[in-house]
Amino acid sequence: MKTLQGRKIFGGQVQGLALVSSMGISFYGGVDPTTGVVVEKGHCLEGISVAGTVLIFPTGKGSTVGSYTLYRLKKAGLAPLAIINRDCEPITAVGCIISEIPCIDQVDINEIGPGMQIELDADAGMIHVLDIQSGQG
Amino acid sequence: MGMDLNPIEQDMLAGGQGSATKKAMQILLALGTIYGARRMIPVHSVQIAGVSYENLGEAGLEFLSEMADGGGRARVKTTLNPAGMDIENWRSLGISAEFADKQQRVIEAFTRMGVIPTCTCTPYVAGNLPEFGQSIAWAESSAVCYANSVIGARTNREGGPSALAAALTGVTPEYGFHLETNRKPGITFKIESKIQHTHEFGALGKAIGTKLEKLDTKPVPYLTGITGVTLEELKSFCASLATYGGAAMFHMQGITPEASQFQAPVETIAISQSDLDQAMQSMESGKGEEVDFISLGCPHLTLAEIGHIAVLLEGKKVTKTFWITTSRPVKREADRLGYSQVIESAGATFATDTCCVVAPIVGRFKVLVTDSAKACYYASARNKFKVVIKPFDQVVAEALK
Repeated sequence: MKTLQGRKIFGGQVQGLALVSSMGISFYGGVDPTTGVVVEKGHCLEGISVAGTVLIFPTGKGSTVGSYTLYRLKKAGLAPLAIINRDCEPITAVGCIISEIPCIDQVDINEIGPGMQIELDADAGMIHVLDIQSGQG
Repeated sequence: MGMDLNPIEQDMLAGGQGSATKKAMQILLALGTIYGARRMIPVHSVQIAGVSYENLGEAGLEFLSEMADGGGRARVKTTLNPAGMDIENWRSLGISAEFADKQQRVIEAFTRMGVIPTCTCTPYVAGNLPEFGQSIAWAESSAVCYANSVIGARTNREGGPSALAAALTGVTPEYGFHLETNRKPGITFKIESKIQHTHEFGALGKAIGTKLEKLDTKPVPYLTGITGVTLEELKSFCASLATYGGAAMFHMQGITPEASQFQAPVETIAISQSDLDQAMQSMESGKGEEVDFISLGCPHLTLAEIGHIAVLLEGKKVTKTFWITTSRPVKREADRLGYSQVIESAGATFATDTCCVVAPIVGRFKVLVTDSAKACYYASARNKFKVVIKPFDQVVAEALK
């Protein structure tokens, strides 16, 4: 298991599987608020649902309505369990706050591979990464 | 390295002023932390975006209702962006009763919180005029650009929830354009052609905006070569520059209040007539096509513009759907002066409190004619119309063809 130390954007403790994007995510227009599926054409996660995942991406983009899109997802039970960014920008941050989605930034997201088991203590800004594929900690 | 909150702010964060104020302070604290702010500063007014039900959706409405239920109250003068419909006359715009009900609930949530439902992107001519040097927290990109540049007030490009948070607490984190150092110009744009009228200033906004977007950093532009400009032309420019370049501020030599504090930066990009022509052409997708929708008022029309439309329409009849979009205070004055009567007799439709960008009209029309560069962007991207851009007077003429 490796531990990454980042910065708390919004607190909470969760565990789940990593869904990793190398591209930025625009929640408004890029994610379907009724299904949680990434719909942005050409996106590396296109067609994949963010629901219930520990969603990892470099930074957010797009309209400030995106904060409300994250909120819609949370209300529908389709939101990510947590969000981890390299750099968290205001739309994502505000979305996590109003939706109460744990969020950490200022970590090297390249350290986290898809499908890895993640334990997050966002109050402490701590991420524990367990590579379940290899069975190693 | 965190923020220093004063005792009142700490009390808000701890829930001492209710759950809505607590959530508001959490939002501001998170933003301030991201942007390295040391402290909060008081704001004199707020402009809130995220008003059209079309954009908010049910979740956005729920959020606003919860904030109102949670005791959220505006602590400073707070005004609103356009809604998805004309609040008083939505039926005349073909809005459904279902949408109207939802939109009314949005407005009610805001009014419960003591927000003034001005429903305009031009708060500065509708009762919310800041002062030079004053700190404010405004959303609505065109108004942000206008407030910073033309008035010399100080605001960041707030989002909907962060502007609401500033309203409910009366403060904003001290970062970005609240700091002198971030207001300095970083690049000069030398305008080589004479620019006149709203549509040309819109094209200028696009020409500069697209060049700004290509740079690695986001310097504040300093414009030289503009010798005279009206309020209407500036509002059009601000809307376009903010839309195409994401800019929150510019200086215009000899025109804007802070420009004289600075020398024109050495690094210079020239804007030639050909750059302007290219910008103008690039906004158009509907040239030569049959037009079915005309709109003026992005940003919202001033009283002078409405008076001018009345002169052009006097005694004539329009042949196509023609939306005149403006703020409620301006509309009331236009009524009193008899302009509205002339315009409505000609068959044009006032769309007050709203506009062609945020109303739920996706796919309703095929080709829009406008003088607004900003409207061109949203008409194509969001509403799926083709667009043609023309000078203000020719837009009116198009409606009469």
